[in-house]
Amino acid sequence: MGEVIVITSGKGGVGKTTTTANIGTGLAALGYKVVMVDTDIGLRNLDVVMGLENRIVYDIVDVANGNCRLKQALIKDKRFENSFLLPAAQTKDKNAVSTSQMKELVGNLKQEFDYVIIDCPAGIEQGFKNAIAGAERAVVVTNPEVSAVRDADRIIGLLEAEQLHDPMLIINRLRPAMVKKGDMMNIFDSEDILAIKIIGVVPEDEAIVVSTNRGEPAVLDMTSKAGQAYRNIVKRISGEDVPLMNLEESDRFVDKLKKLIGIR
Amino acid sequence: MFDFINRMFGKESSNSKTVATERLRLVLVHDRANVSPHMLNALKEDLIRVISEYMEIDQAALEVNLNQEDNSVALVANIPVLKMKRNYASGAPSAAGGR
Ligand SMILES: Nc1ncnc2c1ncn2[C@@H]1O[C@H](COP(=O)(O)OP(=O)(O)O)[C@@H](O)[C@H]1O
Ligand SMILES: [Mg+2]
Repeated sequence: MGEVIVITSGKGGVGKTTTTANIGTGLAALGYKVVMVDTDIGLRNLDVVMGLENRIVYDIVDVANGNCRLKQALIKDKRFENSFLLPAAQTKDKNAVSTSQMKELVGNLKQEFDYVIIDCPAGIEQGFKNAIAGAERAVVVTNPEVSAVRDADRIIGLLEAEQLHDPMLIINRLRPAMVKKGDMMNIFDSEDILAIKIIGVVPEDEAIVVSTNRGEPAVLDMTSKAGQAYRNIVKRISGEDVPLMNLEESDRFVDKLKKLIGIR
Repeated sequence: MFDFINRMFGKESSNSKTVATERLRLVLVHDRANVSPHMLNALKEDLIRVISEYMEIDQAALEVNLNQEDNSVALVANIPVLKMKRNYASGAPSAAGGR
């Protein structure tokens, strides 16, 4: 019996889809059998981020309505035999799937996979309710800015009301240089305010743009900082105890260098 | 003005990060209170129970609100007192135990 994890945030554009693709692919790279489910009906994205957009025949609405069998709609990943995508429907509307259909679908996936990772749409309406319907754990993604953290707080309250306790927090798009100047909230500020456990901090990184362009999740990129951050998150999700990565390390190094050669 | 002085002396409080956390703290006080109006009601009931140990109050006229000032939020309670008790019930079990 696998575990169902929903990736949610409230606010749009904070990095849910990117996080889903990287956590899913990272878990697959560790050998787990993984399925990623795109529940953003009408605004499907996960297929593109995964580089699988050309292979879609059926989607989640087809499965929910019995137009095809579940297995027929699952798209196998290019890189890993043990990784699959269940795409969202692009042309139907958000209410095309009901909460009970979603629960049943996720229940079936759980039988087959070690991890079911659900990419949640923005907002707190039907799409959100569907995405969390069958979930057992939740990852809340936020950015270090007032509006994103505020929405995250609201989402944590709603998750709590749905008995999804102890969500895990990911702070995405942190800019260490701005934190250092005092112009961006640091991880402790966000953690303190939201009072939930941080399982990762992902820096703002051009490698994410490049990897999204290519359709290859950054978690497989051994040279990028974001990739390293995602690999650490994946380990923590799978139960390993990994200390939080110090995103200021390289700046400190530069500082030391500057001091050594006398620039200040 | 303080802000300006702080900035001149490079005090932390002029950082935009500090402004952000402060604004966030205030907005969340309101968000959380609005999301669960039950909370203010529960607080009201608890207040009535505790205060009644000491004085007789006009329960119907009691008001409890969160008031926003410039950069703080205050819990403001207006509780009309009808009568003081002569012997207040200190240490009564209901005063210590919750619900
Ligand atoms: N750590 C990051 N560094 C740089 N760009 C990022 C990062 N995380 C996300 N992005 C970019 O932000 C945009 C929104 O991300 P996405 O995952 O689609 O958010 P959501 O699914 O929450 O709407 C995308 O263009 C993505 O490439
Ligand atoms: Mg998305």
